[in-house]
Amino acid sequence: MYGYSGKLLEIDLSNEKINEAKIDEEILRQYIGGRGLAAKILWDKLGTKWDSIDPLEPENILLMLTGPLTGFFPGGRICISGKSPQSNGIVGSTIGGEFGVELKCAGYDGIIISGKAEKPCYISILDSLVEIKQANSIWGKEAKETLKTLVNESRMEFQKSKLGKWREPAILYIGPAGERKVRLAAVMSKLTHAAGYGGYGAVMGSKNLKAVLVKGTGPLPEVFNMDEVNELIKTICKECYDNQALFRQWGTGYGGYYFGNATSSEPIKNWQEEWHDEKSYSVTQFERFWIKRYWGDFGCPTTCLKISAFRMNSKNIVGDNPDYELQAYLGTNLGIFDPVKNIYLSNLIDELGLCGINTGNILGFAGELYEKGILTGEDLDGLELTWGNIDAFASLTKKIAYREGIGDVLAEGVYRAALKLSKMKGKDLLKYAVQSKAIAIGAHGVRSGLDYTDEISYACSTQGGDHTSVAKIPLDHPNSELTVLFYDSSVICWFNDWAIRKDLKWKLIKAVTGWDITEKKWYEELAPRILSIQRILLLIGGPDVKWLPLKDDDDPPRFYEPLPSGPKVGRHIDKKKFEKERKEYYQALGWNEEGIPTTETLVKLGLNEMARFLKEKLKNFTF
Amino acid sequence: MSAHIWIARDYLKCSGCRKCEIACSLFHEGKIWPEASRIRIFMLFPGLEVPHLCAQCEDYPCVSSCKFNALSIDKKTGAVVVNKRECVACGICIEACPGKIPWLHPKEKYILICDLCGGEPKCVEVCREGGWNALKIVQKTVLGFEKKNYKLYAREPEEVTRELAKIIYGEEVI
Repeated sequence: MYGYSGKLLEIDLSNEKINEAKIDEEILRQYIGGRGLAAKILWDKLGTKWDSIDPLEPENILLMLTGPLTGFFPGGRICISGKSPQSNGIVGSTIGGEFGVELKCAGYDGIIISGKAEKPCYISILDSLVEIKQANSIWGKEAKETLKTLVNESRMEFQKSKLGKWREPAILYIGPAGERKVRLAAVMSKLTHAAGYGGYGAVMGSKNLKAVLVKGTGPLPEVFNMDEVNELIKTICKECYDNQALFRQWGTGYGGYYFGNATSSEPIKNWQEEWHDEKSYSVTQFERFWIKRYWGDFGCPTTCLKISAFRMNSKNIVGDNPDYELQAYLGTNLGIFDPVKNIYLSNLIDELGLCGINTGNILGFAGELYEKGILTGEDLDGLELTWGNIDAFASLTKKIAYREGIGDVLAEGVYRAALKLSKMKGKDLLKYAVQSKAIAIGAHGVRSGLDYTDEISYACSTQGGDHTSVAKIPLDHPNSELTVLFYDSSVICWFNDWAIRKDLKWKLIKAVTGWDITEKKWYEELAPRILSIQRILLLIGGPDVKWLPLKDDDDPPRFYEPLPSGPKVGRHIDKKKFEKERKEYYQALGWNEEGIPTTETLVKLGLNEMARFLKEKLKNFTF
Repeated sequence: MSAHIWIARDYLKCSGCRKCEIACSLFHEGKIWPEASRIRIFMLFPGLEVPHLCAQCEDYPCVSSCKFNALSIDKKTGAVVVNKRECVACGICIEACPGKIPWLHPKEKYILICDLCGGEPKCVEVCREGGWNALKIVQKTVLGFEKKNYKLYAREPEEVTRELAKIIYGEEVI
């Protein structure tokens, strides 16, 4: 087997058992790695009892999986998964950094973490030396302190095994939000990197797991044809250098102005508007604060990340770029059009270990309820949650992370919080929640029709509001969920694939694995298989949340309201057009009108066992 | 003698992409192998990336410390050359190095020290291709004015990180 070590690390925190498991080559051929392999593992291990598994109880498993292209395709990533405490389905949530590369160099393709530690712990991996350690020194700490402590502690440990200056390990960790099982909590790495969609920071917290660190001293796994891999890496980098100049210069930070002004698809005040002309929010105003202008993960030719720093109230604010999503969700969505305030809030989010998108979404939701007089100052412990009030939004963010007061309700995420607040207030508040399958909708609105997203993007995605994984026809569209599924399964960065010829990634996977994974085979067989598993487990959901096909495969009510301003003023989702496209999309995937994979499709994809299970399930189970 | 070169480093420009490690390990090991790279990027705190590699001190304390005659100086480039057969991986040269730069090979029994790729360092090449220019080749001059300066770059990564933190973040982070 090439490109893989062929081994997974299984760690049972309840029994403190550590085991190495071999992976069947045939499974890797069909599910590749990352999100694809996560779907397969979750179906095998939890599938038949899926609806009874609480994502925040010990029976859930947490996955950290690389793919065959991790470390080879420029720009290192790793995929985090498990049963999501947001959608109660599977989300493949990828995060940048060196963790995937270090893990492969340590000799593992991934980690399966099960059970729950009795006391707060972290996992340390130095090649085959795997230990579960007490987390006394880091539990309760915010991001930067957690990193500092872990780097110091681990280097001192490593030093015992070999002379010379040891480097830092790669670290995945959670902040105070994850420790409190906040459903908006991200798994974090470095300063600004987050696996936010899915809420897997809460799963880590539910297992009493503060961090996983890894140092691998071996090489990346052997590949099928090293010379060709080498040449392809050079070619991919060259094309990125030539074609990705915009992202190198600005990252996605140009978006704060662009997606508002040009494509009219930026969330403003909980999506009540999507257009603005605030030049104060243009990238030139952000780049004044960039102290690191070109920052990248392992092998990245684009280095789209930026670090901002400035002094505020005699404190140094160091942190996120921010990228476009955070500019929007922790800026315009809260009525903030000032880079300083936006960078401040992004930094706070990172320190607390929250997902910027999901948190900014619920902050906006709370802001609108306050504007409408539904949430009062009393509900908010005296906070005046007016648009643009940075102090109030920052305070509420902390309340969410620490589950204090109203923060405890909002910590459940926008969907669950809306249901709870609806009961408390005696009116339907779900209509103000801009989400799909309890996952906040990414900051790319669909009403204007000018962005890359459209009517079915979020409504029909197996990952709900995830803007990186949108439903799209034709299935082989460069932005479709099936295409992204390849990035998330081979575990590579989508931004670097944008800049290069489309055949290069297919050539690379062949040169790395030696397998004949063609574009045709991917779109017709491998991707639909993985997506069908994701779709079925999403629909089974449970125990606290279940999705009805069609009813819940819809856009949020807000998107049916007309845009109040901008180049496409008055435009909104057309129900008929939406329903027609949804039907076409399901048909294209071999799913029935309700989006349930048909027996015929499942059998064709080799998912016979799943077909039998689904038939049985459908008998005494209504979706 | 005139072909002696040295690799200058601009810490503020390092993007942390580690293409230098990929290029170095591919050239020397035929594999992507960050921990067997002769140049290693330290990131003791995110955003503070420190390329850590041999500075070719004019008095070569590592070479004179070796009891096994495993280290010598390349006449053409001035690089420290490791004789893999003689080296016993005792680590004395690490202690002798003012920057603690030499690093034991993760699988084999010998020390890793930058050999300047025989005069055309691959790390510099990829850093230039990428446009970061955090690493640059400096030709040693005939008169050798710069000689004393090389050694100043042989520093421990913690020390460089602390200084960078003050410049970049305005605070102490490690």
